[in-house]
Amino acid sequence: MNITSAKYTKDDFNNKNIKATINGEEMFVPIDAEGNRHWEEIQKWVADGNTIDSAD
Amino acid sequence: MSNARKLADKLPADGQLGNRNILINGAHQISQRHGSSSVTVAAGDHYVVDRFKIQDYSDATFSSQQVTDAPEGFRNSSKITVTGTDTSLGTTQYQRFIQPIEGLNVSHLNYGWSFAQTTTLSFHVKSSLTGTFSVFVFNSAANRSFISTYTISAANTWEKKIITISGDQGGTWLKDTGVGMYLGWSLGTGTNFQTSTLNAWDGSFKMAGSNQVNLAGTNGATWQVAGCQLEVGSQASPFEHESFSVTLAKSQRYYAKFYYGSTASNAGYSNSYGSYFPTPVPMRVTPTASVDTTFAQYPGASQITPTINTNGMSADPGWQTYVRPYHVGVNSSTYLEGTLVTDAEF
Repeated sequence: MNITSAKYTKDDFNNKNIKATINGEEMFVPIDAEGNRHWEEIQKWVADGNTIDSAD
Repeated sequence: MSNARKLADKLPADGQLGNRNILINGAHQISQRHGSSSVTVAAGDHYVVDRFKIQDYSDATFSSQQVTDAPEGFRNSSKITVTGTDTSLGTTQYQRFIQPIEGLNVSHLNYGWSFAQTTTLSFHVKSSLTGTFSVFVFNSAANRSFISTYTISAANTWEKKIITISGDQGGTWLKDTGVGMYLGWSLGTGTNFQTSTLNAWDGSFKMAGSNQVNLAGTNGATWQVAGCQLEVGSQASPFEHESFSVTLAKSQRYYAKFYYGSTASNAGYSNSYGSYFPTPVPMRVTPTASVDTTFAQYPGASQITPTINTNGMSADPGWQTYVRPYHVGVNSSTYLEGTLVTDAEF
């Protein structure tokens, strides 16, 4: 899985999703979603030293 | 032969009489991602039809396609064609055709316990190459595996194969929304993952017998599969055809492409509006969402690309999943429509 960007999206009252480009495709990945493979890969991506950008 | 004898021969000896097939989309009918289009397969995972994917971890390239060349009694098969060869697989390289099965759907097999159930896999296969091929089962930790082989005797001819799989009394097998079991077909396996131990459980990760054909060794070689059924018991009963809508709903638990049409109502951050909308069925886990087609807003029919929230509502299996596209500048009472994809694959 090739993650090239990740940014929090702000909805309602808190950050609920991450707008990410994965394998060249824009996706909206839920946060703290156990078993969601994109969320799990983003966690590894962050552990590798990458940063999820803050929401606008 | 008497009618009673014919009936008895077709009845399963074990397990329930209905909903017997543990595999989803065994008839290879549902193809939400690509329809019947041919897709280029390079390194990585690529779904061919719903629930069945090719995993290419070699230097070969393939094309994959749902086709209407199928054995009697079926309409579709999945077809893999070699478009770029790898004649000498590295020790850890492989290509395989696989279905991950959710733990909730195999918990009744009681794997890991002394009363683990025997199952039987039946399928139709056709290849331009003859020789020995392998099927495999392994657990989520990839430390328990079962390998059996089958022989393709005649090139380009549909053949039915039946393989009995003893229940594994050891190891750890997930019985929740994780992968309870991987079941697949080797299309070529490096020596590290080959074994001479067949039809028995092994406490390591293997995928093929030592004489497995390397499909990728021949440019233009094809391999097709249809009518896949995994059922409880040591006997293969006739393929259990189910209605298209039932198979589609089962597949949508993992991946769904569907029309969204709703009037924006919920106010959100910075004057963005949208509305929650249920996915076709509750999904395995809270899904990732993406826009398949650009959205239109009415009145005006102007195009927008919304931001999307997904919400599983609960970690409990079976609870409804919602998706909420929203967009800054959309007013309440604006109608939004487009096609969404929600993905809760393993």
